[in-house]
Amino acid sequence: MNDAVNIRIAGFGGQGVMMAGQILAYAATSEDLNGLWSPSYGPETRGGTANCAVIVSKKPINSPVFLKSHHLLAFNYPSLIKFMDRVKQGGFILYNNSLVSETVLVEGVEVIGVPINDIALELGSIQVINMVMLGAYLEKSKIFEDSTIHKVLAYVLGERKAHMVELNVKAIEAGRDFIRKQGLIHA
Amino acid sequence: MPKVLMKGNEAIGLAAVLGGCDAFYGYPITPQNEIPEYLSKYMIEHNKVFVQAESEVAAINMVYGAAGAGKRVMTSSSSPGIALKQEGISYITGAELPCLIVSVMRGGPGLGGIQPSQADYYQATRGGGNGDYHVIVFAPETIQETIDIIKESFDIADYYRNPVMVLVDGLLGQMMESVDLNKPIKKRFLPPKDWATNGMKNHSGRNVVSSLNIDPQKLENHNLKLQAKYQNVIKNETRFECINMEKAEYVIVAYGTMSRIVRSALEVLKEKGINVGLIRPISLWPFPKEAFKQIPSNIKGILCTEMSLGQMLDDVLIANNGKHPVGFFGRTGGMIPEVEEVVRAIERFQETVVK
Repeated sequence: MNDAVNIRIAGFGGQGVMMAGQILAYAATSEDLNGLWSPSYGPETRGGTANCAVIVSKKPINSPVFLKSHHLLAFNYPSLIKFMDRVKQGGFILYNNSLVSETVLVEGVEVIGVPINDIALELGSIQVINMVMLGAYLEKSKIFEDSTIHKVLAYVLGERKAHMVELNVKAIEAGRDFIRKQGLIHA
Repeated sequence: MPKVLMKGNEAIGLAAVLGGCDAFYGYPITPQNEIPEYLSKYMIEHNKVFVQAESEVAAINMVYGAAGAGKRVMTSSSSPGIALKQEGISYITGAELPCLIVSVMRGGPGLGGIQPSQADYYQATRGGGNGDYHVIVFAPETIQETIDIIKESFDIADYYRNPVMVLVDGLLGQMMESVDLNKPIKKRFLPPKDWATNGMKNHSGRNVVSSLNIDPQKLENHNLKLQAKYQNVIKNETRFECINMEKAEYVIVAYGTMSRIVRSALEVLKEKGINVGLIRPISLWPFPKEAFKQIPSNIKGILCTEMSLGQMLDDVLIANNGKHPVGFFGRTGGMIPEVEEVVRAIERFQETVVK
């Protein structure tokens, strides 16, 4: 891992964008790194636009805001268009190609479509698209081990939603799987 | 103790509890709602007092009353809400009562917006209440520092019998960071609250809490006593941080979220071969004038940066006293400046000089 990784996660309100970001910040904290999560949304929630910024850093975090991120996870078309030019050279974009049909090219940035809606529907729940995207991100970035993420998931979901852990873990694994297979195709 | 990830507003609530808070009185307003949300659960579960008042004015007067009874009490609000509390704050300072006020700034004026801002510097340091009074104002830059200061603030308020305000912008309230809740705080000797109006069985004579002083000579004497106290606050509680001052060509002054953005800008500027120092006021009142003595005499100028259109700038101009050219850069209304904007502001410093 670099000294610091900036990640932007963007989509519609209700797609689980904020939670996906929080899990990364919790994971950083539990690995004794510095984690920062900052939300950005209007007064509207479900259906409106929402994005969050996550910083995972070995050193204390200075600016909580950044113009360009290393990585962008775009859950819908408006988010992809809004933020695709704000990814650093050598970084990557994962976007939801269940909702975006166009092929996107950004110079110096690897762009990978992940059909998170389709994968989630195959698992039987559209609600876990954020976990599918998170899984794809974890596989692509190698930022955290599964053991850390599973611990964080149990904490975030709490006792009341403990029964949801298994489905979320499955969704993360499905996201990872998609990226692994992608790697094989390219090879 | 391992670190935990906490939202700024929740950390404020928990830190207040760790600081010994007995009672919270408040009225909802974005972007500080997670403070009362958190405390509404915690305080009740721990047999302490939580009241959602009918208005901000009611809340600050409940703080006045409960502080008068010798309890450790707090309120929190955001910009227009803090505006409504000004009368009560003046009364509390006049009656020499301790309390904690947390102000989570949003864009103004008026109802303004709900995005982060630093446009309440005047409101915090000058106040809108009447009379020769001061509120001790701290402006932390991280959630960790917010926790550490809040934990200490009840002690500071009790020691001086004066309100302490912790001033953060909405971003610090809304974001989450890794924090250590168990950092030790400075121990202070605190005299017993023998002035508290907590029932005749607890004090020998009659205790009166009031800010009314009809006799002008008595009122002047009371004000002189307050002034002597404020001089002690200036001497003992002024806080600041100086960074990279030795070889600085320019010095930036910034507090809160803005100072973190500036820290990142300093790194970028260093790569470009421009050495810039930072004065970070931690106490806004008292304003750290002595920090300006550390500025090298050969610098090209001082740049004041704020998420407002120039309020701390007044204090920077006073502290600088005409010695160096002073420039200003600010965004407002809820716009958070990018690191690159601060870098550009230094690069075009000559254009931003305040005449």
